[in-house]
Amino acid sequence: MAAVLEVRELRKSFGGIGAVNGVSFAVHAGEILGLIGPNGSGKSTLFNCILGQLAPSSGEVRIDGRPIGGMRPCDLNRLGIGRTFQLLQVFPQLSVRENLLLAGQEHEGGMWSRLFGPRDAGLTAAANRMIDFFRLAALAEERAGALSYGQQKLLDVAMAFMAGPRLVLLDEPAGGVNPTMLGGLRERLKAINETGRSTFVVIEHNMEFVMSLCTRILVLAEGRIIAEGAPEAIRNDRKVIEAYLGT
Amino acid sequence: MKPKSGTDHVFLFPSMIRGKRGLSLIFALIAVALLIAAPFGLKPYGIYLLSLWAVMTIAAIGLNLTLGYAGQISLAQASFVGIGAYTAALLTTQGWPLGAAFALAALLCFVIGWLLGYPALRVAHHYLAFVTLSFATLVFLILRNEEWLTKGVYGISGIPRPTLLAWSTKAPQDFYFFCLGVLALASIAAWWLLRSPWGRAFTALRENPIRASSLGIDTRRYTLMAFAIGSALGGVAGVLYAPLVQFIEPTAFTLGLSFNLLLMVIVGGAGRFFGPFLGAAVSVLLPEWLRFSEGLYLMLYAIFVMVLLAFFPSGLLGLAERLRTSWPRSSKSAS
Repeated sequence: MAAVLEVRELRKSFGGIGAVNGVSFAVHAGEILGLIGPNGSGKSTLFNCILGQLAPSSGEVRIDGRPIGGMRPCDLNRLGIGRTFQLLQVFPQLSVRENLLLAGQEHEGGMWSRLFGPRDAGLTAAANRMIDFFRLAALAEERAGALSYGQQKLLDVAMAFMAGPRLVLLDEPAGGVNPTMLGGLRERLKAINETGRSTFVVIEHNMEFVMSLCTRILVLAEGRIIAEGAPEAIRNDRKVIEAYLGT
Repeated sequence: MKPKSGTDHVFLFPSMIRGKRGLSLIFALIAVALLIAAPFGLKPYGIYLLSLWAVMTIAAIGLNLTLGYAGQISLAQASFVGIGAYTAALLTTQGWPLGAAFALAALLCFVIGWLLGYPALRVAHHYLAFVTLSFATLVFLILRNEEWLTKGVYGISGIPRPTLLAWSTKAPQDFYFFCLGVLALASIAAWWLLRSPWGRAFTALRENPIRASSLGIDTRRYTLMAFAIGSALGGVAGVLYAPLVQFIEPTAFTLGLSFNLLLMVIVGGAGRFFGPFLGAAVSVLLPEWLRFSEGLYLMLYAIFVMVLLAFFPSGLLGLAERLRTSWPRSSKSAS
């Protein structure tokens, strides 16, 4: 089966410092791949190289076997690739519903039809479903900037799924979310993965969250993959423990 | 059942005018009625000022689109007003109808604005300000030096006012209503644009272009569109400006006007639809209203602007919004 995402010998250097040093891996349809590693191990740089936010120094990224080097983030999104960022990235001046409409509108029709078509780009029903699914109904008309951090995080994740992507890269979705809300977030991500056959790559520092969500985990240290396997195997891997504890 | 929030007062109004949208509608209707009635009690100079307000409001709506909604700073809006004004002057003094000037100026400014948007894809903030400032200087030099086309510092005089079917707009009052009509059309077009998904995309471009791009928004195309449409509206304003003053020369379209238009957008409330209307009123009409203070009027005007922006950087509409949201709270705590 062809990989949804394939990364081959990816490198990214800033000056003389290698942030990502020859990383290769593949992600298959329906998989939830965890990407963990200590701070500064190159996880977010790797994400940004995959998603066109940063140009890799060398190496190749393929989606469904097709090289995507040089493609802009907006074009990648239209190929069905969604993402969230490490820091909150909602639009504070727009309401929760408008944030979701915005997240889906560029997938509906052409630029001119969006100008002369309906204001909601025909997405109100889809936005309402997403609002209900992420339990944001009571906040639908609130400005996103007025929401609590955890609620904004939920909205941020919901936006990544609004256009029905096949592959979603989530950068620390659990960061700053309280334990009660975290359980809900995990269940929703699992539900989307199971029902929508979406494929996820998740960067996360919360080990309990990542171990209970992911089917496979890659461990990055100093820009290299040092371990790969099932969550239980990674939990007991000596190299991983050394990388985290620095012993 | 007793209403449970501090917004009880809205139950006093019919359902169609409840809330923020209803209040905006009431204010808009009152403003339209006042604008229609205004010229009947005014002398020609007063009507001229109202016409100038309408013209500058159109230019400021364009800049508000580029700056307030899409977040791209431009110090070149006066240049587009100038291009529009010279297009109108050159065509109508040769016997062409003003409609042709509107079409050509809008197209010309759209294309030039699109091209001017390209630097915005590479630089932002003060760097972009200097790029647009350089463009403004270039346009000024062309208007001043290319005498074969623009008549240079001598300017172009005798610019006629249009006749629409049998309606002549030569009289100040008629031309004011003509300006008001064009302002209404420009406002409806801008309202439509900003209420469409494009408006949301412009807001996303201003607030977080990286996130916008990750959601599939073609930030490059929207940036260029914001510049092009904003510039085209500047051109439309220029086409009205030429027959309003009936004599144009290059110094009317220098950096001073660009700063003035910027002031209109900021003082009214950048990124708010009615901001340019209020901002243009402050910039065009307030100095005249302050003339009772004789030699002090410009100083009073400067102090007003400084105080307003120091304490309410979101402009007059931002101030109104703050008062509107704090009013139910304060009335609740008082009871």
